[in-house]
Amino acid sequence: MAGKHTRPRVATCSLAGCFGCHMSLLDIDERIFELAELVEFARSPIVDKKRFDRRVDIGLIEGGCCNEENVATLREFRRHCEILVSIGDCATAGGVPALRNDIPLAECLAEAYVGGPTVHNPGGRIPDDPELPLLLDKVYPAHEVVRIDYFLPGCPPSAEALWQTLVALLEGRPLELPYELIKYD
Amino acid sequence: MNGRLTITVDGRRIEARAGQTILEACQDAGVYVPRLCAHPKLSVYGSCRVCTCLVGGRATAACVQPVQPGMVIENDSDRVLEIRRTIIEMLFVEGNHFCMVCEKSGDCELQALAYRFGITHPRFPYMFPERPIDAGHPELLLDHDRCVLCGRCVRASAELDGKSALGFAGRGLRRRIEADGPRGLAGTDATGDDTIAEVCPVGALLRKGTAYRTPYGRRRYDHEPIGGDIDAPCGEAQEDR
Ligand code: SF4
Ligand code: FES
Repeated sequence: MAGKHTRPRVATCSLAGCFGCHMSLLDIDERIFELAELVEFARSPIVDKKRFDRRVDIGLIEGGCCNEENVATLREFRRHCEILVSIGDCATAGGVPALRNDIPLAECLAEAYVGGPTVHNPGGRIPDDPELPLLLDKVYPAHEVVRIDYFLPGCPPSAEALWQTLVALLEGRPLELPYELIKYD
Repeated sequence: MNGRLTITVDGRRIEARAGQTILEACQDAGVYVPRLCAHPKLSVYGSCRVCTCLVGGRATAACVQPVQPGMVIENDSDRVLEIRRTIIEMLFVEGNHFCMVCEKSGDCELQALAYRFGITHPRFPYMFPERPIDAGHPELLLDHDRCVLCGRCVRASAELDGKSALGFAGRGLRRRIEADGPRGLAGTDATGDDTIAEVCPVGALLRKGTAYRTPYGRRRYDHEPIGGDIDAPCGEAQEDR
């Protein structure tokens, strides 16, 4: 996979997700030591590394795209990673954030910042600081934005499913998961 | 000819009774034909096309097509599986199927079909249609987001409950299940004891107050693929590239 003297590099990110898929990866328990031997983490919140400084073998994408920053990050991952894997229902299907997709964006914002029953916002202003990434009209699954090579649904995918996927990809084996590991919940 | 005849399914000769559908004859011979709108207690309807087989090379709905002597049927070929898989993926993108927040998850026939076919994501863009929820009935809930328009509830209300609580309205993408009368389900004579929620294959029509009674790991399709009681699964493993 990577050059002779280096371990394969893995990058991860959470876009419009809840970090639940990352938590599920930590659920591999003591195999985390094995993982640390097997791979080197590149850009990933796991090692708090925020930039790509060279090519990466496997990129794990948690979350779909709900704003322009998600799109930019996802494209950056596509540019730098040989293999991209959509992890979890948000990346493969939009997931919980996509519950807003059949409601017009203006109505969502009005409910969240102006009219909602628990909102106290006397000025009635909807956050519009230029620092805030612009929201997209809808939440998009990752594969509707860039090419994705492998898909692992689940909310979140189980630690076992993540582990078996990673190991298969690292060893260059075909990804064949047993029936019980492909779940949508 | 005493009403028996022989058909060929995937190269295997199967005895059938005259008047049986292909789906019934296959089932009696231990061959699972995937289905969604078909239900053993209800009349045939033939709307979902998940049961599509090739008969003499032509796509045919196995749940409505009666067997004929000498029929040659493909049920497990790559082409048939691809047709069915495509139909299942289209059902997913056409509605709003948020499995992670659905109380029917693990017990849902649509989800189970996708699992059986090893579907990790649909190849078509999601449509995210705007669909209402009818939660006004004290004992029943109708969430149109999840409805696959199989019509099981419509038939069950008429054929098993002796009522006409539900019917179809609209055409094409606007087609929907509609309660009899302007007040939604609450305005009908449907009750929680009717069979309409029990026959719904997905989480569209639910009996209130029954959610999440079965823990993860013990639900109907957690370990056993749908149709596994009829035959062996068509592909346990999935490969995706
Ligand atoms: S509510 Fe359920 S049973 Fe009725 S048509 Fe929709 S999916 Fe079928
Ligand atoms: S099961 Fe045959 S068309 Fe639906």
